[in-house]
This record gives sequence, structure tokens and C-alpha cells, in this order.
Amino acid sequence: MFSYILKRLLYTIPIALSVTLVSFMLVYLAPGDPLNAIAPADAPAEVITALKAAYGLDQPIPVQYGKWLLRAVHGDLGKSIASGREVVTEVLGAVSNTLLLAGVAGLAGVLAGCILGALAGYWHGGWIDRIATVLSVIGVSIPHYWLGLVLTIIFSTKLAWFPAMGAGPGGSSEWLWDLEHMRYLVLPALTLSVIPLGIITRTVRALVADMLEQEFVIALRARGLGNRAIFRHVAKNTAPTILAVAGLQLGYLMGGSILVETVFAWPGTGFLLNTAIFQRDIPLLQGTILVLCLFFVALNLLVDILQPLIDPRMGRA
Amino acid sequence: MHHLSSLPKLFSRCLVAVPIAFALHASATAETVARYGISMADIPLTTGQPDRGAGAYQFTGHTIYDPLVAWESNIGTRPGKLIAGLASSWKVDPKDNKKWTFTLRKGALFHDGSEFKADAVIWNLDKVLNDKSPQFDAKQSAQVRPRIPSIATYAKVDEYTIEITTKSVDALFPYQLPWFLISSPAQWEKLGRDWNKFASQPSGTGPFKLDKLVPRERADLVKNAGYWDKTRLAQTDRIVLIPIPDALTRSNALLSGQVDLIETPPPDVVPQLKSAGFKLVTNVTPHVWPYHFSTQPGSPWADIRVRKAANLAIDRDGIVKLMNGLAIPAKGQVDSTSPWFGKPTFKLTYDIAAARALMAQAGYSQAKPLKAKVIIAQGGTGQMLSLPMNEYVQQSLAEVGIQLEFEVVELETLYLHWRSGVKADMNAGKGISAINLGYVTSDPFYGITRFVDSRAIAPNGVNWGGYNNPKIDALIDQIKTSFDPKVQDGLLAQVHQTMVDEALMLWVVHDVNPHALSPKVKGFVQAQHWFQDLTTLKM
Repeated sequence: MFSYILKRLLYTIPIALSVTLVSFMLVYLAPGDPLNAIAPADAPAEVITALKAAYGLDQPIPVQYGKWLLRAVHGDLGKSIASGREVVTEVLGAVSNTLLLAGVAGLAGVLAGCILGALAGYWHGGWIDRIATVLSVIGVSIPHYWLGLVLTIIFSTKLAWFPAMGAGPGGSSEWLWDLEHMRYLVLPALTLSVIPLGIITRTVRALVADMLEQEFVIALRARGLGNRAIFRHVAKNTAPTILAVAGLQLGYLMGGSILVETVFAWPGTGFLLNTAIFQRDIPLLQGTILVLCLFFVALNLLVDILQPLIDPRMGRA
Repeated sequence: MHHLSSLPKLFSRCLVAVPIAFALHASATAETVARYGISMADIPLTTGQPDRGAGAYQFTGHTIYDPLVAWESNIGTRPGKLIAGLASSWKVDPKDNKKWTFTLRKGALFHDGSEFKADAVIWNLDKVLNDKSPQFDAKQSAQVRPRIPSIATYAKVDEYTIEITTKSVDALFPYQLPWFLISSPAQWEKLGRDWNKFASQPSGTGPFKLDKLVPRERADLVKNAGYWDKTRLAQTDRIVLIPIPDALTRSNALLSGQVDLIETPPPDVVPQLKSAGFKLVTNVTPHVWPYHFSTQPGSPWADIRVRKAANLAIDRDGIVKLMNGLAIPAKGQVDSTSPWFGKPTFKLTYDIAAARALMAQAGYSQAKPLKAKVIIAQGGTGQMLSLPMNEYVQQSLAEVGIQLEFEVVELETLYLHWRSGVKADMNAGKGISAINLGYVTSDPFYGITRFVDSRAIAPNGVNWGGYNNPKIDALIDQIKTSFDPKVQDGLLAQVHQTMVDEALMLWVVHDVNPHALSPKVKGFVQAQHWFQDLTTLKM
């Protein structure tokens, strides 16, 4: 197992390098100028030249990338061009906020999806199945920023049950696990949870329906086992696939919640990325993408480690 | 006996008086807080010179800091004017018109307790203009250097007097100074000469102190009770600035009571806000939403008849309706109430017949349209409802035989095209002959002269269309050497008249800088400027 983990960790290096290289190049390929983060629109040429020199943007792109990479391997992601703040501090703060949101949304989506999917798979073709199918199709296809706006209009501006935006009355730095703060989490987490809910429901439904027709389940029934015991066997056999899909979903939620975080002004990585993209703040953009990439890889690694523990056949393979 | 009989009465009086006393005490000591949803994605820089444009000065500029010469921002019924800031007076040397002497205010203290003196001004000028000085900050410099282009040299005369020499005679120089703000040298030293630390513990002389900063989430400004200008003491104890870049989210936050006021509510939400009892405040604002034409030979807009026809083809009232009233029809580069408007003979009315006649004279019609390519932004600050408004203009111009093609880019990219001028390959090479960019028109240089001065043609400035008129250049020279504000205004009006009479741009509407306020908010004065005075805000 140790060599397996080591091997997977080593795979992370070329993946992270490729991601940073591609994202670095994409920023330069996109029209616009990184100096827009700091220079006013009408800054004269001499100010632009001085700024380019001050931020090392006058050097060839491969040199800029090389220097950034050298610092990054030493744990220094540089400073944001726009704010001057340390990128590491900025990104880690945002990651913790997104982790909170994505964790709650992912957990809710996966749990609800598992229950709904299992019920739909068990009563395959019945009314529960039809409801679950409709819900999962809605979950997958609904634009979640639109859903966020609708939920805000209903539950925030009309009913005043939950706040419309933000991460707590004092900001995310003063987050507490109490009712007052958790109210801020409800609408964004609910909005974000519809995608994993839809995908997990469909996955579990298909897996359970398929599994219940397997010969080993028929054999178990023939031996007189009850539904509860059969459910344990089915759950154990479907768990590795669900785990893999759930892991991917959490990864997507970590990096793919730009619109939801913008709609709810939630100060996470999506919000940070949005700002960095529009400002062409390259160090911030690079740092955020790198950390998200490492997070995604780590999550997949965790799934890969957990899968053989649940199903030893995968380890042997 | 008498005493005993009055006891119940005394007791009952106490029963009433004690809660009232407590209530009065509570109201006297309770902190008043205004929560302000701002349209920016982050809190602007807090070190002295805010980033994110002119609109950011009201948040972390003129709240924490003061300029030498300030802009009167606490009046909404007329345009403001230059007023004394940290300089109590200023004058130009009658013998050498390039030399300005500033007498500094005595008794002004920075938030850290250090005293404001001439050394602080020189230190701050070095901070943004002298890259060899230890306090030089490239970020602050980038923000303010383009705003104070006239400064050549500066020197301390005595503890409360400084002298600034301009590169050439420039009577408009004082208009540059409200942009230049003074940070505390003592605080910078105390924080280990670190501007990043200074950002979270800034110190200026302004009416507010920064109490708390959570990047991208909030900045708490608290009243500076020891502010030197007692007429501008903050009316609210604490203002919480909350960045909410999405306009709908901002409106929802106001409707749900999470914030007390917001800037720029989306036009679609205006009826809902009004019906829910929220107050909508707008005012004349130094901003214009134009198409800046290329006047170069070969440009479709080189013919003045085409430029005039375009201006006559737009139903500006229709665009104001599209904006749910959040705009004013433009009659020129500046609003007609401006002292610089003058008396143009060409009136920007909606007259399709006259527009078609002009186009026919120029050799075009709906059947044989003139084709032109315009570069526009998909949205962004100052661009109002960019795409719907541009489509409106496109349809209106098609009615008179002008067929527009749009090159739609991000605002940041548009700036690049703008700075480069029409002759640059990125514009001329693509056949772009007009640019749609919202302009700030707050002072003579920003609003007028830089767009028509032939010496400001790119790369020397933002005379984007390459307009070259020796008479206008001569007028601009005259403005720069006229130190009487009335004479200045008269000359500026002449320049503006020429701009309108030559239809140098297609002027569509002016922004009104809308704010939506909860009924709890009192005393909010919206100045006719991007600079606003938050000390007037009262809860």
C-alpha cells in the first residue's frame, strides 16, 4: 500500500506542472493585460513600462514561469498583483471557506442522492423511481446560479428565513458552528447540492437496480436472507463506485462553484478565481489553480486508497 | 406621614422613569451602524491611493485620508468645487506661473497621533513619484501618477509650507490634487516600513479610521472623533463596507435587510425596490456613455454629416426608459447644467428625418448603408447596460442608413484598445472606427481637454480618434494659463461648444450613479461627482 501511495503521489507532480503551465499560458493567450490589475485604464506608457519592470512582467514568459515555479516549489506562491497580499494566505483562506460550503453541499447531495437512488433502484419502474429520475434530471440540468437567485428571492427577500449573501454576520474570519452562522450556509449549500444530488441519484439507482438482478443476490434470497442483510451486500458492492463518483463531485464543487459563490458573495475559491480572472491577477490565478489542482489530485488519491479497503478485490487487481 | 403617603406615587414615578432613563442612556450610547453594499469585488486599497477607479475614493480614499486640495462632495444641488483640504490655501507665483505655494493646515493629526506637517507631504510625493525613495510604492504610484501628471518638482519651504513646480504653466493643476492623498509616515515606520501591514492598519487624517479589514468581505470604518474639520464629523459611528459585485445579489441583500444601502441597483429591480419602500437616490453625475469616433481620413465618421446624423438618430428618452429612469439624455460631453457646457448650435435631438437627410447628402441611405465597426465591452464599470444599449443604438442607426458591426470584448481588453489609439494596428488593422467607453467627466482635463488636444493623441494620451484642431489646441493653451476660474470656465465652454458642433462623439446618456437606501438611512447626500462624502450618512 505504501508504494502504491508513493507512486500516486509522484504522479501528482507532472499533473500539477501541466496544470500550472497550461493555466499560465492561457492567461497570456487571453486578450487583456495583467497590468490592468493595478494600472488605471488611462495610465500613460511610462507608468505601464515602470510597472512591468517592477513586477517582472517585462521578462520573457518562459522566464516568468520558471521564476514562479521555482518559488512555488519552495512554498512561496508570491503576492497578488492587485492587493499585494500573500497568495498562500489568500488561497488557503478561500479554500477553507469553499471546503465548508462544498463539504456541506457535497455531504447533503451525496446522502440524499444515495437514499433517493437506493429507493428508486429498489422500486425500479415504480412511482418513487419516476420521482427520483425527474429530480435527478432537474438536478443535473438546472443552472444552479439561477436556482440560487430563485431560492434567495423566496427564502430571503420574501420570507426572510435565511440571509441573501455572505459568510456570517462578521465575515468568514469569525465563523462559528452556531445557528446564527449556519443560516448563512443554507441557501448556497442547498443550491450547490443539486448537482451531486442528481448525479449520485442516477448512479445509485442504476447500480442498485443492476445489483438486485445479479445472481449472487438471487442466491442470497434463495438462502432465505432478509432485505436488511441483502441491502448490506448490495451497499458493500456499490460503495466503491459511489465513492469514486462522490470524490469527483466534491472535487468539482471545490473548483466549480464560481457562479454560486458569486451569487451568494461567498468568499471562497470560486469568488477568488472570478476576481483573479477579471483582473488578470496572474500570481493569484496561478496559486488558486495550483492549490485546487493539488486538492483534486489528493481527493482522487484518497478515493483510490479507500476503494480497496472497502472492496479488497480492487487492491488485488 | 406626608412622606409615607407620597411613597406609592414616588414608586410609580420611578417605575416609569427608570426604564425611560435606561432607554435614553441606551440610545445615547448605542453605536450607529450603516451597512453599505458596494459594487466592487474587493475592498479598494487602503494604503492611501485606492485602486478600482474614481468610484473607490468614497470608500477607502476620502474616508481615511485627506488631500491637500479637496472636492466639495457634501452638496447635491449644484456641482461641487475645489475647497481647502490639508492645504488651507494655495496660490501661484505671479512671476513664475509654474510655481505653486501651499500653506498647510495646522493642528491636523494622523490617526496614529502624529502631526501633519510639510515633511509628510514631501514624503507622500516621494511615495508615488520618486522610485528611489524607501517608501516608494509601485501600486499606489500606478494609481495616482496618471492623475497628477503636471508635477515636476516639489520642496519644503517651512514646517507648514510647501512648493510644487509644474512641468509647464497649468492653471488646472489644483484639479489634480483631490486625487493625491496623504498617508502617515510615522505609521509606516512603526509597522516596519511595510505597506502590506499598513494596508490593515492604515493611518491618515480623514474623518474615518479603519477598524477592521477582511479582504473581499468587509471593511469597518469608525468615526474619527478628533477630525480636524468639525463641520465634517461623521454622522454615523461605523460604516461597514461589504463588497457585493453581483447587482442582483446586492439588491437581494438590501431587500432582505442585510445591508442598509447599496450602490447601482440593476434597472430591472427599481420598481420592486420602490414598491417595497426603499428610496432611490440619483443625481447628475460626471459621466457620459458615448461612441468616440475616429476622425482620421478614411474613417466612416470623417464626414461631419454622418456624425451629426448619428447623433440625431438616437431616441435618448427611449434609452432612459430602457434603463428604468437610471440615466439622463446627453446633450453633449458634459451635462447642460455644467459651467463648461457653453452654447452649442447643434442640438442633440431625436430627428430621424433630419438624420436621413444628412445621410442622403453624404451619399448613404437604408438601401445603401454606411458600414462601420465599433468596439464595445460586454459590460463592466461605467458601461451601464452595455449590450442592450448598444443594440438599441445599432437598431436606431440602421434606421438612417448606418450599419454597425460590433467587436465585443472584455472591459480590460477595451482599455487596451483605448490606450492604443485608433491608428494602432489592433484598431485600424481590424477596421475599428469607433469605441464605446464610459467617460468620467469630473474635471476639465478628464472630461474635456484630453479628448481633443492634438498633443494627447496616442501614445501620448487618450485623444483616441486623433482629432486635430489648432484652434482647440490654442484654446487649451489659453485655459492652462488662465488662473481666473470664470475665465477658465468660459474657455472650456468654447472647447465644449466646438466638440458638440463638430459632433466629435455620439453622446447617448449620462449615468446618474443610483443608490438605493433603506428608510432607516437619513442624511445621505449624493454629490454630482464620483467622489461622495460618507460623513453625511446618518442612521
